[in-house]
Amino acid sequence: MAEIPNIIPALPEMFLASVAMALLMLGVFHKTGGINDIKASRLISLLSIVALLLAVLLVSTLSGGRLPTFANMFVSDTFAVYCKILVLAGSALAIIISYGFLERHDMARFEYSILILFATLGMMMMISANDLISLYVGLELQSLSLYVIASFQRDDTRSTEAGLKYFVLGAVASGMLLYGSSLVYGFTGTTNFDQLANLFDAHHGETSIGVIFGIVFILAGLAFKVSAVPFHMWTPDVYEGAPTPVTAFFSVAPKIAAMALFIRVMVGPFGGLVGEWQQIVIFISMASMALGAFAAINQTNIKRLMAYSSIGHAGYALIGLAVGTEAGIQSVLIYLSIYLMMNIGVFTCILYMRRDGHMVENIKDLAGMNRTHPMLALALTILMFSMAGIPPFAGFFGKFYIFVSAIEAHLYTLAIFGVLSSVVAAFYYLRIVQLVYFEDLEEALDKSAAPELAIVLTGTGLFVAFFFVYPTPILSAAAAAAASLFAG
Amino acid sequence: MFEIGLSHYMTVSAILFTLGILGIFLNRKNVIIIMMSVELMLLAVNINLVAFSADLGDMVGQVFTMFVLTVAAAEAAIGLAILVVYFRNRGSIAVEDVNMMKG
Repeated sequence: MAEIPNIIPALPEMFLASVAMALLMLGVFHKTGGINDIKASRLISLLSIVALLLAVLLVSTLSGGRLPTFANMFVSDTFAVYCKILVLAGSALAIIISYGFLERHDMARFEYSILILFATLGMMMMISANDLISLYVGLELQSLSLYVIASFQRDDTRSTEAGLKYFVLGAVASGMLLYGSSLVYGFTGTTNFDQLANLFDAHHGETSIGVIFGIVFILAGLAFKVSAVPFHMWTPDVYEGAPTPVTAFFSVAPKIAAMALFIRVMVGPFGGLVGEWQQIVIFISMASMALGAFAAINQTNIKRLMAYSSIGHAGYALIGLAVGTEAGIQSVLIYLSIYLMMNIGVFTCILYMRRDGHMVENIKDLAGMNRTHPMLALALTILMFSMAGIPPFAGFFGKFYIFVSAIEAHLYTLAIFGVLSSVVAAFYYLRIVQLVYFEDLEEALDKSAAPELAIVLTGTGLFVAFFFVYPTPILSAAAAAAASLFAG
Repeated sequence: MFEIGLSHYMTVSAILFTLGILGIFLNRKNVIIIMMSVELMLLAVNINLVAFSADLGDMVGQVFTMFVLTVAAAEAAIGLAILVVYFRNRGSIAVEDVNMMKG
């Protein structure tokens, strides 16, 4: 008889998988046609949000020790709990803000929330992966769902083109990651993260050229998933083409999951080889920050601008990884939580940008918005100040902890480069504020009657504006999460 | 006599992998060819894994290969589905026509 593995550490994943499949059945057997489709979509969105919140509860009961299971291929620790809660929150918020959008654009199909659930499941698997095989399977479950969600508006050329581009480039990235995994397996004889870490520690950072090649390939694959330069080229096109709530989802949950995976792989199994990969991560980080700052200046489409902005943010988060210490990882985790709230807020504002019932995406469409939508203008201003890193908003603290950790690790060039590129990036964030308040109004945006958007925007806006009042819970949770990564 | 060893398998796999990458980035004709190149990359990885597995006398590599094969099948199905949807909108699957968004 085979031994039954301990399923407790994987309980949230199992719950989410069962719920997603049950909801799929519910959707399939629901009456179809006309209003029934919308009803099914509403019901399943609602149930998906409930399922995600229950999953948050299940995940948070697991916090504490390090629980490996399934022959050590899957691990649940405080780091995983922290990142999973972020991912679940991002997915739930994405479903909430898609609610009205889907119906207005004739794409209210129940598969949408189910695909998001499956993508979330994949992300949770990635975060908890403790073996190259489970890493790959989790990553693919996430990616395959995301390719479909990107082309969800299937009668729209741009959405399908976004899906196609994402698919092709994503497949290349998976291939590179896999080739790297095969090299690491071949030259070490194991795919398990713990065994890899022990092996590299035992050899004091000395290793064969084959392993180095493998790590470089794995790095390339992961850099693609966090959309860091030089593997960023898919980001602007996919962000612009995909439906706006989908873009909002892409910019938070998969990014956080990929960054968590990046951290786990680099600090865990390859932690002993920090000298080999640190220079590469520093280069990737600097290149992403520079591109994010300069390439966004000329953009006119706000979703494209946000794509470059997210490339830049990936660069800042990678500074913390390049530092490679506990303080560095803690700062990345704080940064990711703040980034999640800011980005969901900004995309909610973008969802408000409608004129005569159509979405408008040009930055010029925001001109003079404060005359007709004063509260929206205020929220957008707070979010943009936060994105630019202006105190006392949350974005400032995110950047602050990152730069402090870089300076403590004597990576002065990286820190100075980061500060300079965030000054450049402030230009295009503040230009939006200038447009909103100081340009003449040409044509007003529609008045929106979407309560879900108002709630999300108020919540994220308040979080960003008043983060400085009581940051302790997030700071201490991030500290515990970072510590758990270095304890094992 | 000439003995075929691990290094030969690795060379074949590296060549196939490089051909796959080149096929994606140099191809200017058809998206289907890109899909074929993606499969080629994954198969190159499989050759690598099986060769290492045999050489190390360790089954993990072959288990990994089974996972890769399964995921590759799912990936091909999703890729072709997206391609069909794209073709319905655009009426073409030439690589140079995939250019609605630029900047």
